[in-house]
Amino acid sequence: MSTKLLSIRDLHIALPSGADRDYAVEELNLDLVEGETLCIVGESGSGKSLTARAVMGLLPAPHVRVEKGEINFNGEDIVKISYDRLREIRGSEISMIFQEPMTALNPVMTIGKQIDEVFRFHVNMSSKERVQRSLKLLDDVHLPDPEKIISAYPHELSGGQRQRAMIAMALALNPKILIADEPTTALDVTTQAQILKLIKELQLSYNTGVLFITHDFGVVADIADRVVVMQEGRIVESGTVKNILNAPEDHYTQGLIAAVPRLNPREARTQSGEIALEVRGLNKVFGGERRFFGFGLPQRKVIAVKDVEFDLRRGETLGVVGESGSGKSTLARCVIRLLENDGGKIMLEGVDLNGLNRAEMRPWRAKIQMIFQDPFASLNPRIKVGDIIAQGPIIQGNSKDVARERARELISIVGLDERAFDRYPHEFSGGQRQRIGIARALALDPEILIADEPVSALDVSIQAQILSLLDDIRDQMNLSMIFITHDLRVAAQICDRLAVMRYGEIVETGATAELFAAPQHSYTKALISAVPGQNWKQEAPVNRAIVQMPPVEPSSNTV
Amino acid sequence: MADFWERYSRSRSAVLGLVILGLVIFMAGIANLVFPEDPFRLAGLPMSLPGTNGFLLGSDTLGRDVAAGIAHGAKTSILIGLVATLASIFIGLIFGAFAGYYGGRIDDLLMRITEVFQTIPSFVFAILLVAIMKPSIESIVIAITVVSWPGVARLVRGEFLSLKNREFVQACHTLGMSDFRIMLREILPNCLSPIIVIGSLMVATAILIESGLAFLGLGDPNIMSWGFQIGAGRTMLRSAWWICTFPGIAILVTVLSINLVGEGLNDALNPRLRERN
Repeated sequence: MSTKLLSIRDLHIALPSGADRDYAVEELNLDLVEGETLCIVGESGSGKSLTARAVMGLLPAPHVRVEKGEINFNGEDIVKISYDRLREIRGSEISMIFQEPMTALNPVMTIGKQIDEVFRFHVNMSSKERVQRSLKLLDDVHLPDPEKIISAYPHELSGGQRQRAMIAMALALNPKILIADEPTTALDVTTQAQILKLIKELQLSYNTGVLFITHDFGVVADIADRVVVMQEGRIVESGTVKNILNAPEDHYTQGLIAAVPRLNPREARTQSGEIALEVRGLNKVFGGERRFFGFGLPQRKVIAVKDVEFDLRRGETLGVVGESGSGKSTLARCVIRLLENDGGKIMLEGVDLNGLNRAEMRPWRAKIQMIFQDPFASLNPRIKVGDIIAQGPIIQGNSKDVARERARELISIVGLDERAFDRYPHEFSGGQRQRIGIARALALDPEILIADEPVSALDVSIQAQILSLLDDIRDQMNLSMIFITHDLRVAAQICDRLAVMRYGEIVETGATAELFAAPQHSYTKALISAVPGQNWKQEAPVNRAIVQMPPVEPSSNTV
Repeated sequence: MADFWERYSRSRSAVLGLVILGLVIFMAGIANLVFPEDPFRLAGLPMSLPGTNGFLLGSDTLGRDVAAGIAHGAKTSILIGLVATLASIFIGLIFGAFAGYYGGRIDDLLMRITEVFQTIPSFVFAILLVAIMKPSIESIVIAITVVSWPGVARLVRGEFLSLKNREFVQACHTLGMSDFRIMLREILPNCLSPIIVIGSLMVATAILIESGLAFLGLGDPNIMSWGFQIGAGRTMLRSAWWICTFPGIAILVTVLSINLVGEGLNDALNPRLRERN
């Protein structure tokens, strides 16, 4: 039996009065032993991050504090020890890596200097020795060319490299516990796979106990030894990774796991073969703009979309997948003419949209509509929901009454309560807001719907609901859909065909099932193999309609 | 609205500011009732001490009632402060909205014009303008407006720049909404709070500029003003302290109260900043 590192007993974390519940975390008990990875899984607002912060003594006091319970670390209670002792522990015995490596690193200090700080504050070492150790650390996390990285600034590194540097810092003094708070959520899937592998590898060599916070069951399947599932501040279930993933007992866990999109691609449905939208040779270059005092300076150009061609058939969902920076969102905005294109054709019903000016474009606007990524930014906070939805038809020349009538209808079609009509967006949760966004897009009876990462900001259970809503709506209204996503599991669920993008180009297109079964391009292969949780063979997919998630409070996501 | 008031009233100094400001406005409102006579009228013995010869706050070198001057001066200050502020917000809004929304060359052009106004020291510029146009209440309002709108333009431009790329604005583009409607109905309501805050502080600045101009003798000769009273009494400061002191206190208290209100509005309208302690 290995030594117990951390034991949390009856932990209560109190929220300030006026929050939507009294305790962020209630009656929490958990143990962490040497060399194991304990995953805390939960949706947003479940209290998983606050638990991690409490272990580090990093709660945002005085508003949020530990009310009772103990956090026992090697015989010391973190809740009660002095601030000086806490500082000694932080970084040397318990260390943490964060979700967003760009904001967790100081942008005006070199990587070497930031690692050096850890040594300077905690141990007595000559500066030469410190540099040696830093170089070795950077080498351990497999950063290429450590001599160069040590004098680099954070912005000179890629997201994955930054996260590696963060890990190097966290492991500098061989901590006994490493807390990782969603360390791969902000990273691309191929980078995520590498980082997960790295954490696992380092854990083995240092025998560290890892407390890993995540919302992604694929990641859990890849990295966890034991799992704790949290819901609204309480642990609903805990056990070994095998038990939880394959035989969950709690109702909530079952719902969560059933909602995880599977990597089993759907069969393409029969299609009419009629082409709804034809895109030929589309290009978009950013930069090259003349500044007032910019004469003679070299122009910086970024080719965001390069010679993109695709057909969208009537009634199908075409997925555009790719990592960040691949130009997929830019492509969507070019197709819907939110951005001016640099050449190319967008043929809709025999008309090239690219040749139309603003006024000519207006009647065509109704035919292509868009659903946006961020449900918190995509609705005007000062306008009532009913008016947001009715706006489009009114602009397109319908009377106010007709538009409002249609808005009411749509509110119920997307599954919202009718009272939503007279309320403001901030009264709704993320998933509900996304439904409002969908209703707005549908209000104009479009033929083509462009969905730009519509579920990536949502919790997995809400994600499943929105995906099935989109599926239903597409069938009912015979829509053709372009679905942009970075998540191959989501793409597998909803898309008939896929186009894989990289550096602004489409590298491969094909029916979803075929593409997953036999990817041709090396990049597609890399993408597919990097999807987390592949070894986790899920049971036969549970019908999403049957799994009822526990009711979510109307505004539990709004903060 | 109730929610807003709750957040506003959380700051005691903001409520105090509002009360004082209310009193000043009340004083301006009842000036004609309490002192129906012309404040320039020679009302009695010159240089009377406060509380003597029927003068509440004393009289000046010519026997004008200081209290009557302050009450009527409040009217002037509030009027000029409000009108000049509204005018500069209007101009600044138009410049800032177009520059921020369209960007590119329009932005360059409008911002260079704004900078021309910003590079001239504002008080000197105001003196120059009033001197050219002949001192009158209109010319003072125009001068204050001309020197204060660039700040608004800068602020509005920044707000429009950040809001125009928000997804809800893009959604309006995909609905085919016209630019004008997007600016007016979608973006403007979302940047009202900082405009209200800067506007409230601009009223205070306008009152100060007006008093400064009147002190230098560039006020409207037919209208009583706090700055004029101070200017008239400044040579007598050592022998008749009350002539300068009371209008000075009036300016101090008014400007202070408006600043408190502005601060309170800022905290109440931008809840994210509220947490600073």
